[in-house]
Amino acid sequence: MKIKVTVMPKPGVLDPQGRAIQQALGGLGFGGVTEVRAGKVMILDLEESDPAAARALGEEMARKLLANTVIESFSVELA
Amino acid sequence: MKSAVVVFPGTNRERDMAIALERASGVTPAMLWHRDTSLPAGLDLVVLPGGFSYGDYLRCGAMAAQSPIMAAIRDFAGRGGHVLGVCNGFQMLCEAGLLPGALLKNASLRFLAQDCMLRVERADTAFTRGFEQGAEFRATMAHGDGNYFCDAETLARLEGERLVALRYVGANLNGSLGAIAGVVSPNLRVMGLMPHPENGVDPLVGGVEGLPMFAGLAGAFAAA
Repeated sequence: MKIKVTVMPKPGVLDPQGRAIQQALGGLGFGGVTEVRAGKVMILDLEESDPAAARALGEEMARKLLANTVIESFSVELA
Repeated sequence: MKSAVVVFPGTNRERDMAIALERASGVTPAMLWHRDTSLPAGLDLVVLPGGFSYGDYLRCGAMAAQSPIMAAIRDFAGRGGHVLGVCNGFQMLCEAGLLPGALLKNASLRFLAQDCMLRVERADTAFTRGFEQGAEFRATMAHGDGNYFCDAETLARLEGERLVALRYVGANLNGSLGAIAGVVSPNLRVMGLMPHPENGVDPLVGGVEGLPMFAGLAGAFAAA
């Protein structure tokens, strides 16, 4: 069973990459972008076949390694 | 002083660190590998040097913080051992939860390889006792992710308990919160800093402004 873990910089945490992307978009004529936040998406293929258990496993992995909860928030969904 | 330097795949400052420790103490540090599961007996100090451990995959220091030797280092720190993390080592200590906060990408998005000025905010630690309180010294920075960040509550605690050991003076090039360059643990035995004091230990190569850190450590553990 596949799960998708999305890791994003928390609100209020400076995201210089997002800011640079926003500026680059502005340079391409996409002036209406008021903010860009850049994060990561990881797709994990698990042996687990129970959706609730897979999701719980993903959350534990995110807390221990995939996200740094000091600066990042995460969400886990079935992929 | 009995010290050890930990080497991870991608670490590249271990030899400079070993030279600095040996120059100050006269004792060659042990070199440990990330897969080691125990530390040599009777260690005074463990150093996590700079570099790009595990290729900075996922986040700087994230993989190293989960490596086998980190459990032994966590245990060592828990028993009151002294641990110093420089640059990537600071990132590892934050990722391992041994120091608060995190190091974000530099606010400028640029990799910074240049000198900076640091102020010693507290000289009553084993790491900073070689400096005068309030002293300023030059050190080299070489990092892409040195922008110190923590939440407002943690920042208030760090400032309130005087756990900011070193601060950037003048330009805060990487955008660190409160111009924080180095942080110590509440028991003052775990310290992390982004700049490289080990670069400044040889008059022929960039001066000796970093030497007081290592001389101070050697002095702190001379009797031991």
